[in-house]
Amino acid sequence: MKKAFALLLAAVMVLCLFAGCTNDAKPADDAKGSVYWLNFKPELDETLQDLAKTYTDKTGVSVKVVTAASGTYSQTLTSEMDKSSAPTLFVIGNQAGVKQWKDYALDLKGTAIEKELNTDAYNLYDESGKLVSIGYCYECYGIIANPTLIEQAGHTMDEIKNFAGLKAVAEDIHARAAELGFDAFSSSDMDSSSSWRFTGHMANLEYFYEERDAGGWTECPATLNGKYMENFKNLYDLCINNSLTAPTDLATGGHDAENEFKTGKAAFFVNGSWEYAAVSEAVPNATMIPYYCGVEGEEKAGLNCGTENCWAVNAKASEADQKATIDFMVWLVTDPDASAKMVNQLGIMPYKSAVTSTNGFLNDAAKYTSNGCYVMDWATNYQPNVNEYRAALVSALNAYNADQSDANWEAVKTAFVEGWATQYNNANR
Amino acid sequence: MNPLKQIWKHPTRRWGLLFLGPVVAAFIIGFVWPFVQGIWLSLCKFRLISDAEFIGFGNFARALEDPSFRHAFWYTALFAGVSLVLINVLAFMVAYLLTQGIKGSNLFRTVFFMPNLIGGIVLGYIWSMIFDGVLSMYSTSILMETKYGFWGLIILMLWQQIGYMMIIYIAGLQAVPEDMLEAAKIDGANRRQTLFRVIIPNVMPSITICTFLSLTNGFKLFDQNMALTAGQPFVIQPDGSSIKTTEMLALNIFNTFYSSNTASPGVGQAKAVLFFILVAGLGLIQLRFTRKREVQQ
Repeated sequence: MKKAFALLLAAVMVLCLFAGCTNDAKPADDAKGSVYWLNFKPELDETLQDLAKTYTDKTGVSVKVVTAASGTYSQTLTSEMDKSSAPTLFVIGNQAGVKQWKDYALDLKGTAIEKELNTDAYNLYDESGKLVSIGYCYECYGIIANPTLIEQAGHTMDEIKNFAGLKAVAEDIHARAAELGFDAFSSSDMDSSSSWRFTGHMANLEYFYEERDAGGWTECPATLNGKYMENFKNLYDLCINNSLTAPTDLATGGHDAENEFKTGKAAFFVNGSWEYAAVSEAVPNATMIPYYCGVEGEEKAGLNCGTENCWAVNAKASEADQKATIDFMVWLVTDPDASAKMVNQLGIMPYKSAVTSTNGFLNDAAKYTSNGCYVMDWATNYQPNVNEYRAALVSALNAYNADQSDANWEAVKTAFVEGWATQYNNANR
Repeated sequence: MNPLKQIWKHPTRRWGLLFLGPVVAAFIIGFVWPFVQGIWLSLCKFRLISDAEFIGFGNFARALEDPSFRHAFWYTALFAGVSLVLINVLAFMVAYLLTQGIKGSNLFRTVFFMPNLIGGIVLGYIWSMIFDGVLSMYSTSILMETKYGFWGLIILMLWQQIGYMMIIYIAGLQAVPEDMLEAAKIDGANRRQTLFRVIIPNVMPSITICTFLSLTNGFKLFDQNMALTAGQPFVIQPDGSSIKTTEMLALNIFNTFYSSNTASPGVGQAKAVLFFILVAGLGLIQLRFTRKREVQQ
């Protein structure tokens, strides 16, 4: 009797060990389906948790939002997708992502959410024409400028209509930095928290003009011709050589470029529309200008608009879950309160019924467009094997920053142009 | 009698099997099963491990022809060799000093041991700040030169590992029989002779375990490598490929796994299996080699 009891007790104890593994996230009603969004933007998390709760209270559909820690999205996605309760809604933000995840993405063509879009510009397709993911917001980047400082230096924003104008203003400010009390460009650090502003964003000017020459890219080109490398060099050199920080100190990082701009130590800051909330309080008239780089006709250039925030619905989720997910997405972009909260965080959403933007930089982008300027789309999203490609570029730029010799620029060019072909082969062979 | 039957005959031994159960189960779930699955996946093309497709040895072929993997191997081997020697020599010296009855040796032991308690990523970032703080005076950075990256990582590892190995050596040194040391003294051995003829042969078991640990640690190093240099600087080859001059094996496997080719997780997995064979093989060889030198007390 005692023995049997001991055996029972031991068995219970062992079972208890496994009890922790049971799935406690089962929705109350299976027919309704449930939503699990693996979110990509940490800064959006709070809003999303709040919206998820509102939606559940309203409809009874359970919505779970999990946010991957900054910079770990692909790792988190890989492990989450393997679970029995995998995300129903996730992010495929660029062509590399399409390549990796297209088999797990539902074709969104003809779905309710697709019908709410007001543009096709931010959608991603795979090579068979399947609509893999659709943009839920877009952003723009360029050069953020402080008009007040520029006027203090005796210039006006109207002087900056092309590269020559930008160069004249920036070099003049840099030359008189001690007297003026501020410099032209804020620091362009090459550490991982800042290098993407150059290897991801500024590099786009080269890709964009190549893409335009080619009549638009629909998939990642196997090679680049590097025709606009000189233009990239123009702007990059201007940026590192007329800055608060000496180019030789950029590899280490640790300079707070945003703060330099906010506190009026620098007149220009290379970044994007997501900075608006951070800088507009200190610099209310901050404005964004295009990447002027010496390309013919660039007086007609606009800002770089695009996104890496694209929704994909899990093709392997149950039909009920897919439907619940799409319903939730539609709610996010049509409900006045929900879309207002989303727009407040994201800047702008390309949907018919979403509220309009309050982001000054995105409004700048719209102004350029309505003045007939061309939008520089995010050709950068085609970067093949993006992490490896950019890491090599950072290394080459570090060497160039330390010593701006022709040989070092050649290495940058090689990493930029031949590196593209190499990574394209690595990603596609 | 058959030993299995013998176990079965004694009730206490029979129950022993049950009590082993949870540990064995945990070992199977936490180690054996993932390990077997890892080997299986190295033969597959997969994005998620739940839908892997068997493709044979293709991943291994691609892993072996990857020049970055070969570079990472030689770099790691060099690193492991240098760190093995330096860590053990210095740890032994510190342990020897701290068993000579110096005042405050307990405090020193604690202080030397403490770096071990800090995680690798944190250490990497802290040391990158320290190195860059110094190197920025010369307008350069740890990311600019391969040799800075190499010696930087060596210094970091010494700082972290010496304390741990020191503890093992101290235990070994304290176990050297007093009477042997006294006999050596009476026989007129000088300090040097005592050290090399009496003490070192007697602490061979500690040396075995310490060299094993520092060798495998050197090969398996990952977080410190990623946080300190992440492979920088790269040498950009004329064809556009680049050699990450300070990338070690584990980081190379990680980078391979997460690159965008559809086959890359499989290749990364194949590299991981090769990596296991290498580290296990080296560890066993080293154990055999130092075991032979151990003496019976």
